[in-house]
Amino acid sequence: MSEQSIPVTVLTGYLGSGKTTLLNRILTEDHGKRYAVIVNEFGEIGIDNDLIVESDEEIYEMNNGCVCCTVRGDLVRVVEGLMRRPGRFDAIVVETTGLADPAPVAQTFFMDDDVREKTRLDAVVALVDAKHLPLRLKDSREAEDQIAFADVVLLNKTDLVSEEELHDLEHTIRAINPHARIHRTERSNVALKDILDRGAFDLQRALASDPHFLDHDDPDHVCGPACDHDHGHDHGHHHHGHDHDHGHHHHDHGDGIHGTTIQSVSLRGGEVDPQKFMPWIQKITQLDGPNILRLKGIIAFPDDPQRYVVQGVHMIIEGDHERDWKASEKRESRIVFIGRELDREKLERTFAACAA
Amino acid sequence: MPTVAPLDLDGYCLFAGFLGETPVFALADGTVHRLDQGHQSSQVHDGLSCAVVSLDGKTLITGGEDGLVKRTDGEGTSEEIGSVGRKWVTTLAAGPQGAVAYAAGKQAFVRLADGTVKEFSEERSVEGLAFAPKGLRLATARYNGGTLHWVMTAGKPIDLEWKGAHTAVMFSPDGKFLVTTMQENALHGWRLDEMKHMRMSGYPAKVKSWSWSAKGKWLATSGAPAAIVWPFQGKDGPMGKAPLELGTRGDAMVTAVACHPEEDIVAIGYSDGMVMAVRFADSKEVLLRRGGKGPISSMAWDKEGYRVVFGSEEGDCGVIDIRG
Repeated sequence: MSEQSIPVTVLTGYLGSGKTTLLNRILTEDHGKRYAVIVNEFGEIGIDNDLIVESDEEIYEMNNGCVCCTVRGDLVRVVEGLMRRPGRFDAIVVETTGLADPAPVAQTFFMDDDVREKTRLDAVVALVDAKHLPLRLKDSREAEDQIAFADVVLLNKTDLVSEEELHDLEHTIRAINPHARIHRTERSNVALKDILDRGAFDLQRALASDPHFLDHDDPDHVCGPACDHDHGHDHGHHHHGHDHDHGHHHHDHGDGIHGTTIQSVSLRGGEVDPQKFMPWIQKITQLDGPNILRLKGIIAFPDDPQRYVVQGVHMIIEGDHERDWKASEKRESRIVFIGRELDREKLERTFAACAA
Repeated sequence: MPTVAPLDLDGYCLFAGFLGETPVFALADGTVHRLDQGHQSSQVHDGLSCAVVSLDGKTLITGGEDGLVKRTDGEGTSEEIGSVGRKWVTTLAAGPQGAVAYAAGKQAFVRLADGTVKEFSEERSVEGLAFAPKGLRLATARYNGGTLHWVMTAGKPIDLEWKGAHTAVMFSPDGKFLVTTMQENALHGWRLDEMKHMRMSGYPAKVKSWSWSAKGKWLATSGAPAAIVWPFQGKDGPMGKAPLELGTRGDAMVTAVACHPEEDIVAIGYSDGMVMAVRFADSKEVLLRRGGKGPISSMAWDKEGYRVVFGSEEGDCGVIDIRG
């Protein structure tokens, strides 16, 4: 990934969740940046702009025997076309259809060499309609996937439900995805800086921007005034409640009430042996890749002055050194898997066996 | 010594070729440039997505991000010959009897010389188009294979299946073979008489440029640090045979290939802008251009085989005369 690569934001959400409203804002607001927008249909975007490209979603399975290795073939073509005329835009937004699985879109930016050379996936943003989310989660797997996959969740149309319902909705979202940033919005009125240029897939930034990554799974963690995660200044006019739930440190098996099937498994330990850890993470993602939607981790190797960070989408994993461990930091390894049918016991046991 | 007449343009050159004797360059910004008693240019599209030369070699057919298909002649006069609405034109092919095929989304269209347009629908997006050398027969490349359509008759289309995404398609000059490029770093082929499969793989990168040698004896391709040239002389094409590897370099990839119209020689363009000509028989190399600002994106020989026109991703284009 080069410094000049163009950031790409993926926007998911069901019909009626507010995607068009948000896109219109991105295209018209005075934010000093120019966006190329790839949509499935021009639909209601009432703007004539030659940087809006209509493209038919084409999911192509790679011919390598792996069912989860999919890319969006049309994106490969359209992104290549857009990148032949650089300088016209600063970033790309990809809008997916309501029922879309975000994985093929995300994987396109890792699996296709040409696309990867010129662009970088910035973040996956999921819009959910506060009024209809419970029903959506009941009748479709995609709604759950979109939340599980997201780096940022916009809980939209909050004016249509009560404060109590909102609180429950946030619980549900947290149960599916404990690490996404949640923003409550009406008419998609989120500050654009909260959804664009997030660096959520950038190994150097993804976890750095989340200083308390996994802290909420720590029973000892108590949110104090110094905690600046997900509440307080960074989205001032939104709610001030904590998005995370101190009552449920392990979001084990989804939320029974809402019938969700996605769970997250958080693992933590001390320093791990790279000779054991690397084959372990490879094997886990090869075997359980289809069930793993996202994974993120910060790893401590013995005698290594730097934090090693990993992230993954299904079978694709990336890892790199990020920055020096600070003297004040506890050298520990933390990793979270979000997916379906994850075998917590096996993950815990095999991860523990990687200890240095 | 070969001489290079440079033409520095501003933007990605999608197509470099000849209209008659005139070198022509089509840029991604939609401008078409001609070297006809000086540098002439015209704005043909609001964003170009694809371009091919008509089979008579006299007109340039272009498809745009503006959803239009246009035809530009040697004098630089353009006319609209098709439209796909607000979508980008994905791909184009020029066929016999003045036919032109273009595609957008899941639809392919054939415009006949008299202006009638026939539509062909696929279940998945049409990624590539090609006309058979004889008769009006159209091939499409799509997910999991390709389809052969008869243009003039209501004959049932023939599906050619092979798992994976096929991104471009081409017939051999004798019409016996159909070859596709794939999303994976590979080519796939069918021997059409017996529908036998041919797999051509082992490339480190996607194949984006290909060219048949004189009489279709060889197929030269990009996608590796050498031009990979598959033998097609035998009945089974390249099956069971090793390809030639010509112009191998350790520090650059081959990005464009163009076979000489008569001799078994290929012009090879590289990712650093270098251009070489290499003879198949003895792999002898002749340097035609040292290098430039960007990867060679398009190349073509003139009819006589004396000049090579080239374009690059950065717009440093030119004409090489091998007579010096």
